[in-house]
Amino acid sequence: MIERDEENYRIESRLAQIGSVHEPKTGAINYPIYQATAFRHPKLGQSTGFDYIRTKSPTRTVLEEAAAALECGDAGFACSSGMAALQTLFAMFSQGDHLIVSLDLYGGTYRLLERIMSRFGVTASYVDTNDFDALESVRTPQTKAVFIETPTNPLMMITDIEKVAAWAKVHGILTIVDNTLLTPFFQRPIELGADMVVHSATKYLGGHNDVLAGLIVTKGKQLSEEIAFLHNSIGAVLSPSDSYQLMRGMKTLALRMERHQYNATRVAEWLLEHPAIDNVYYPALEQHPGYEIQQRQSSGNTGIFSFRLKNAAYVEPILRHLKLIAFAESLGGVESLMTYPAVQTHADIPQEIRDQIGVDDRLLRFSVGIEHVDDLIADLEQAIEAARVEVEG
Amino acid sequence: MSEQNSNQASDGQLGKQSRRFATKLIHFGGEIDAGTGASSVPIYQATTFHHEDIYNPPQYDYSRSGNPTREALEQYIALLEGGTNGFAFASGMAAISSTFLLLSAGDHVIVTEDVYGGTYRLLTSILNRLNIESTLVDMTDIEQVKAALRPNTKAVYMETPSNPTLKITDIAEVTSWAKEKGLLTMLDNTFMTPYHQRPIELGVDIVLHSATKFLGGHSDVLAGLAVTVNESLGRRVKQLQNGLGTVLGVQDSWLLMRGMKTLEARMNQSEQSARRLALWLSERSDIADVYYPGLADHPGREVHEKQSLGYGAVVSFDVGSGERAKQVLNNVTIPLVAVSLGAVESILSYPAMMSHAAMPHEVRLQRGITDGLLRFSVGLEHVEDLIADLDQALSK
Repeated sequence: MIERDEENYRIESRLAQIGSVHEPKTGAINYPIYQATAFRHPKLGQSTGFDYIRTKSPTRTVLEEAAAALECGDAGFACSSGMAALQTLFAMFSQGDHLIVSLDLYGGTYRLLERIMSRFGVTASYVDTNDFDALESVRTPQTKAVFIETPTNPLMMITDIEKVAAWAKVHGILTIVDNTLLTPFFQRPIELGADMVVHSATKYLGGHNDVLAGLIVTKGKQLSEEIAFLHNSIGAVLSPSDSYQLMRGMKTLALRMERHQYNATRVAEWLLEHPAIDNVYYPALEQHPGYEIQQRQSSGNTGIFSFRLKNAAYVEPILRHLKLIAFAESLGGVESLMTYPAVQTHADIPQEIRDQIGVDDRLLRFSVGIEHVDDLIADLEQAIEAARVEVEG
Repeated sequence: MSEQNSNQASDGQLGKQSRRFATKLIHFGGEIDAGTGASSVPIYQATTFHHEDIYNPPQYDYSRSGNPTREALEQYIALLEGGTNGFAFASGMAAISSTFLLLSAGDHVIVTEDVYGGTYRLLTSILNRLNIESTLVDMTDIEQVKAALRPNTKAVYMETPSNPTLKITDIAEVTSWAKEKGLLTMLDNTFMTPYHQRPIELGVDIVLHSATKFLGGHSDVLAGLAVTVNESLGRRVKQLQNGLGTVLGVQDSWLLMRGMKTLEARMNQSEQSARRLALWLSERSDIADVYYPGLADHPGREVHEKQSLGYGAVVSFDVGSGERAKQVLNNVTIPLVAVSLGAVESILSYPAMMSHAAMPHEVRLQRGITDGLLRFSVGLEHVEDLIADLDQALSK
């Protein structure tokens, strides 16, 4: 096997080369899919390092090691979905434990905390994680972790990871960051002091709307061992074929993220000028309240943003008239997708919290794909115009 | 008459349910793709689905919540087990751990004492921290099950035959008592599969599978399945499957269906060989004990024959000492020396050092998992080759 100084490679090189020199037997450029569930023991008491697929499997291991390296952590864990990754991680908490969580939160995470974890006595407080008075006011001796999404989804609020992680460390609290929207290509929370990073890899890491997957990356031996135990015991692991599929997607992450960012910025700027639009929420725009922190802690911007229409009556006809952009849940794929958070991704969050954070019936979330940006703008333009004709007559 | 016909036509599931098992295995609804006529369900790799109209959400919206390929598998296992709803999970443990979360903090569950090591670990290292209590009992004795009842008992969890000593629980006896007490019953049906044992017909509420074993059958897919007795329980499991995200990938869903088509043929062959192997072992004077429900002297044979249509393909036997066990393991040439079971390849496992290594020595001996115990999962090789190979390894 070729000896490489991979740590000195730039992230683009590491992404393109995921799994490429790990197959010493044949030299195959791509790592094979080991579909095997059981591994023969050479002799009793001896192991090749692989015993049973749920515990450790070769194809998944290549993915997990790549994820750990990209996020600057010590160990990676691939799960059957982003929610499975979160569930596996949350299983480290016990009855009586308390979490502090970003107020503007993915609906599935909120549901997991409020409908499932709450039944086992694990509680959560939802606050603006940039507001230290708020953080302090909800902290209790039972607080075990602060869970951050930055940018949040869908309102793209930015949290200063370094500041929160430093505050948490003082109080012996773990910092966990959901890095789905930026990916390690643009943001590496562990470098900023986080203890763990979690991903819905279904989104930008996979990038093609064709593989459901989750990842956890941990820093430190103790946390890594704890999550390894839970990962194996709960068994919500990623399959070998999906592990391969995910690595295949990750090889083009750098190219895709650059293009997503370029397209999203152009479309956001265009929408900002449009008379039917009330506001655009995208941290790449200078007027965004989190712009400065975002510039400091990340090297780029995600491909999704949200915008608020002036008139809620426009929503339905716009969605109906879009031709190129698909109306569907999820985000982060090469194809552009439009989502209506209030009825789709955030339906599980109570109206009261939705109102507080601004997920209302005028808000649309746009996951900008890698199509030509002029075609995207043209599609939006005709759909908004058609809506205007229908509504205004 | 015409009304009856139209009923049958409109209720395809009912028509399918009345067919014999071998036919159900091949004609379960997923064998033809409606759009193209293709001879198997396509692998829908899509994670998300286009909404034509915001006020009329499509049948599928996001693959974690529902995917056509996975759903074909889920309907397939529900048909085979005779339940209403099927669920596919990333592993047997994902199925078991997700289903246990039907319980809440403060609840208590009665569990068979020789439960699979992974389930034992889940109960004693994770669920205990979430304040779910469990009591392990010898379920061959109903009195012990009854004695474990507490005011907060909510469920009974069975495995029969158990692993690795193949003890038999009287399923109907347990479920009728549990029903009286209003308890939920769950049963891990991995060793038997629905071909040999259909627990829902015996009163069980939720059947669980490590489909990695006999259902998949080829040691090449990690998967778990659950089937519920009714729709309301189905809705609760569905919420957990979606909320926890512990779902099976679509390629694995397809691969599992492909394996399941040959379940009856594989089980027939493996069981026939297992019976021959068990008999051959029981006739040897140098084997202390042979555990197989098909043997005349197996204590659970009568109960097993009442509730199951076959004896399965797993045989455990005690070669007398740890020394000798190791000798056999190092000298067999056909079976894989590995963990897992239920495949086309024979697999020889050593519970003391593999599946039950985490169990304290004393507890392990109490359960009959001695240092000389070996577990043989009989595959599809010719039985005379398996016997000759074992004979030479035992004779060394």
